[in-house]
Amino acid sequence: MFVKEITKRYDGKAVVDGVSFEIPKGKVLSLIGPNGAGKSTVMGMLSRLIARDSGIVDFEGTEITRWKSRELSKRLAILTQANNVQMKLTVRELVAFGRFPYSGGRLTQEDNEIIDRAIAYMELGDFEEQFIDELSGGQRQRAYIAMVIAQDTEYILLDEPTNNLDIYHATNLMRIVRRLCDELGKTVILVLHEINYAAFYSDYICAFVNGKIAKFGTVQEVITKENLSDIYKVDFEIMQIEGKPLSIYY
Amino acid sequence: MILSVCSLFVGVLDIRPSDLFTGSVETWEIFLISRLPRLLAILCTGIGMSVAGLIMQQLCMNKFVSPTTGATISSAQFGILLALLFAPGSTLWGRAAFSFVCAVLGTWVFVWFIQRIQFKDVVMVPLVGIMFSNIVMGVTNYLAYKYEMTQALSSWLVGHFSTVIRGRYELVWLTVPLVILAFVFANHFNIVGMGKDFSQNLGVPYDLVLFMGLTIAAMITASVVVVVGSISYIGLIVPNIVAMFKGDQIRGTLVDTALFGAVFVLVCDMIGRVVIYPYELPIELIVGIIGSILFVGLLLYRLRHGRKAVRLDKAAKKTGGAA
Repeated sequence: MFVKEITKRYDGKAVVDGVSFEIPKGKVLSLIGPNGAGKSTVMGMLSRLIARDSGIVDFEGTEITRWKSRELSKRLAILTQANNVQMKLTVRELVAFGRFPYSGGRLTQEDNEIIDRAIAYMELGDFEEQFIDELSGGQRQRAYIAMVIAQDTEYILLDEPTNNLDIYHATNLMRIVRRLCDELGKTVILVLHEINYAAFYSDYICAFVNGKIAKFGTVQEVITKENLSDIYKVDFEIMQIEGKPLSIYY
Repeated sequence: MILSVCSLFVGVLDIRPSDLFTGSVETWEIFLISRLPRLLAILCTGIGMSVAGLIMQQLCMNKFVSPTTGATISSAQFGILLALLFAPGSTLWGRAAFSFVCAVLGTWVFVWFIQRIQFKDVVMVPLVGIMFSNIVMGVTNYLAYKYEMTQALSSWLVGHFSTVIRGRYELVWLTVPLVILAFVFANHFNIVGMGKDFSQNLGVPYDLVLFMGLTIAAMITASVVVVVGSISYIGLIVPNIVAMFKGDQIRGTLVDTALFGAVFVLVCDMIGRVVIYPYELPIELIVGIIGSILFVGLLLYRLRHGRKAVRLDKAAKKTGGAA
């Protein structure tokens, strides 16, 4: 999967400006950068949710908009930031939606097993029969992620998945992302604000500034004192912990 | 659910003795020509209107949208007026066709409108709907006055079942295949109700399902309006009450909503006929009174208990989900 020269304008102003990169298959790629750098817009264009003004998004050799929506939804899943929270669905019913591209709502035995596994993965077993509008923000977020896991796609796109999560659940989520990649061979693309999560759990990092790519490379290449200071305009110190460059900013 | 089936049959039996009371030989004839059609019309109305309301609420992501507050009913009436004006000799089916087209168009315009303007407050949506529906009604009334059609039109403005007899009500049967269609696509409606991004991620064509669902809801409403007249509140109240107890999974709640709607209309109809016996009050009046009381109760309940649900027995729900 790669993108070439993609551009998106709102009111004549380019939010994403001629961005090109290739997504390494079977790896975790994190998009980082300050607010308004265009990370989420890039994510939207990768997943066909946002229309482009120009450029190419190539998915498995075919332009992404040429894909049949149903077929694509078996191979690429996206979780956006804003989700409807008013709906009175149980956690299990929500997770079951992840199987919709496969069985159209008529769940098979296999579907139910996959749903069970996704619920266990996200530690949602205790409230699988609760309505999502009664859950805390963090629990609800985990329920949505469980749905994406149940969708069982090669590519998983998560837009700020650690929002609303406390340290325990955010760390847990990042470990699950790592496992999805290492154990199941999935390609995961994340938009993240916490640089240290990105540095510790991803393989590659793509940093955006003002709608353009500032740096793209492996974690060790991108997470350096100079790069981060340039990107975020604050002072950084980098420490190597467990072979990963973790940063302190002040 | 079993309870509602029971009360359904209690209702059915209740009607029979009260009407077979006086007659002797012709009783059965009356029964077949008037009683039975009436009962069937009542059931179709209750089922149809509440299911139409359920679909509209899901698709618009707003609990206060219904055929009444979404301009569907008033558009259907406008269609009938057009039929009366331009094709005075038209049959029931001819009028229905006019009414269908107008109801569908009216609903589409309404939804297009609320999608273009992003409202911050959910209450704004039904308010706009009521305003829009009043405009349509105003035009309808104006035209009716101008061409001296008010009297002919009035029977469609206030819903009642007293003119429902054999040969004049069969159109309401259309609700049955439409409700079945709604059941088949229940999951699609659910997913579209979760939002555009959400449905696109799952490969569901958002716009197509949205318009198809609204068309189904509008057609159900129009076929009821043509036969019975306007009946408000059912489409608003019944789905809300059922959702409070059963949640928003349409597959799971559609049957309950339909049954509860049917029982609700049946009870209202019986009250309407008993209160000033041997005359009868139009159903719209009874539904209006009971409906508004329930609606206020609903609002107060929501305020007092926040968004907490009334929880049913968990085990029962689990087996229900498995079945």
